[in-house]
Amino acid sequence: MKNTINSFWSNKARRTSFVTYAVVILAFIAVQVFDSMGMLSYAMRGQLIPICVYIVLAISLNLVVGISGELSLGHAGFMGVGAFVGAVASTALQSVIPDTSLRLVVAMVVGGIMAGIMGVVIGIPVLRLRGDYLAIVTLAFGEIIRNIANNLYVGKDEAGLHFALLNEDGLKMSETGKLIMAGPRGTVSVSAISTFMAGFVLIMITLFVVLNLVNSKEGRAIKAIRDNRIAAESVGINVMSFKLKAFVVSAVLAGAAGALYGLSMSNVSSVKFSFNTSIDILVFVVLGGMGNILGSVIAATVLTLLPELMRPLADYRMIMYAIVLIVVMLCTWSPKIKGFIQVVTDGVKGWFKKLFRGLFVKKEVGTNG
Amino acid sequence: MAVLQYLINGLSIGSIYAIIALGYTMVYGIAKMLNFAHGDVIMVGAYISYCVMIYLKMPPVAAILAAIVVCTVLGVLIEALAYRPLRGTSSLAVLITAIGVSYFLQNAAQLIWGVAQKTYSSVVAMESIHLFDGKLLITGEVIVTIITSAVVMVCLTLFTSKTRMGKAMRAVSEDRDAAQLMGINVNRTIAVTFAIGSALAAIAGVLLCSASPALKPTTGSMPGIRAFTAAVFGGIGSIPGAMLGGILLGVIEELCKGLISTQFSDAIVFGVLIVVLLVKPTGLMGKQVQEKV
Repeated sequence: MKNTINSFWSNKARRTSFVTYAVVILAFIAVQVFDSMGMLSYAMRGQLIPICVYIVLAISLNLVVGISGELSLGHAGFMGVGAFVGAVASTALQSVIPDTSLRLVVAMVVGGIMAGIMGVVIGIPVLRLRGDYLAIVTLAFGEIIRNIANNLYVGKDEAGLHFALLNEDGLKMSETGKLIMAGPRGTVSVSAISTFMAGFVLIMITLFVVLNLVNSKEGRAIKAIRDNRIAAESVGINVMSFKLKAFVVSAVLAGAAGALYGLSMSNVSSVKFSFNTSIDILVFVVLGGMGNILGSVIAATVLTLLPELMRPLADYRMIMYAIVLIVVMLCTWSPKIKGFIQVVTDGVKGWFKKLFRGLFVKKEVGTNG
Repeated sequence: MAVLQYLINGLSIGSIYAIIALGYTMVYGIAKMLNFAHGDVIMVGAYISYCVMIYLKMPPVAAILAAIVVCTVLGVLIEALAYRPLRGTSSLAVLITAIGVSYFLQNAAQLIWGVAQKTYSSVVAMESIHLFDGKLLITGEVIVTIITSAVVMVCLTLFTSKTRMGKAMRAVSEDRDAAQLMGINVNRTIAVTFAIGSALAAIAGVLLCSASPALKPTTGSMPGIRAFTAAVFGGIGSIPGAMLGGILLGVIEELCKGLISTQFSDAIVFGVLIVVLLVKPTGLMGKQVQEKV
């Protein structure tokens, strides 16, 4: 028994996965307990589903940016596709599937699949580009998706779904028709069926997919491409196919998260899926540590809550957020500041050692003897 | 005649994009970083010139000078405080710090000047010109913008090709380590690059707000993204590329708005960008660098 535990624990990848699952499950239980004790404020409860959405987005972007090593600035575009497709699917199926949980699952699957198809369409040409060019093209695609959604009108009546561009009159609906998407206003009067539970399940599925992919043979191939593309190519790894795989998986997960987001409120406009949201998700990934899945989970949670927690600072909260972001980046990356922190912590450690010298010496003697 | 009108307007807005794109591309070429806060320096420049004109009742020339000075100092400060400590580390780390700086500038502007949109009064006191019985309208702003950007481009080209500092900048962008070994002060060269880029941003801010007078803390972000796109379009790191990319982007945008569709102009502009990058993956004037194994 002890041996199996030891061999399980000695595998670093498995250990990291285990800790990641454990942290997410414990956090979920803790939230449920606090909620049942009535310790969550109304504002906090409102943040629960967005936190789940951002965690999934951060993990999926980490697959592209951290694991596959491609800078993508259009992740919110996939989220938007998922959100709008999910909202349309959910409204269209309202009479067919009365059960809200099942309908939510179907909407998330449909949203994910549509985002995945977009991922293939975008990925095949885009992944041929390198570095900053790839970044700008993903940015461009994100903006194109947003621009089209901004002018898309969707309605539903007895005859089925109606689509039109630019204005509502183009829909030609019957009188009982109901508007689902209204161009710049985004989705209108969608029934909010997302739940925190669904968000938790989506996070667990995302973790399962991404962690298994990362620790598999394919994951190692993807990381090999990131570390040295030419070397990877020369040992027979098909660069395009592996990059595309990571990109599409990431898009599918982002689409599902988008559907969860789109169905968490009655009205979502396309402004939400602009470049700024893509950047926010990227900040989660980089601050959490590239390639570090648990880091993404924590960073997404903390940074989504941070503006909420800093509400007492009123007008100063967003500027404080910016300062915190800059300072954290400088402290974690700058060699000089890192060196300085090292000196300080070493000094403090040395001071503590001096203080407890007697204690330490005795212990050392004990272990040596 | 309508097409000619769109072309002229496109040339004007494109010249502004080109000036902003020059800042992006110079910083990228030399410091190898995407300075996402560049768009917000434009906004600061516009606010400073606005304040000098409205609150201090000074003439536009003084306002422009003040904007240039403040932005130059701001650019150098940002570089020294936020970017220099991270030099040589991951480029993504620098990118995120730049995003932090961008948030900081936007929110600082919001605290100082408020969220409410201000109406910028144009710095150009020139009559519009009507040609062909009023079918063609050329505003004073358009003329001033095009002339200013032409002057800026000529000066910048002369600066980088003739002066010692310009040569140092080109050397640093070619190979930083080799330049350092030749005795070039890399830190100072990068600081000067940021100073020039920010001064250009100030000019762009004044021109931008003279052409479209809505001034608010997020004024700089959309033109910033457009100009960034223009810089990549032309081949990032290349100065003539940024000029060409900016002007082409502006012309394409105006032609789309006029001839095809106003609502879909964003999608069309970005679509053209994608097609160009797929055909020519390093931009119009970018250098194809051979990878060594």
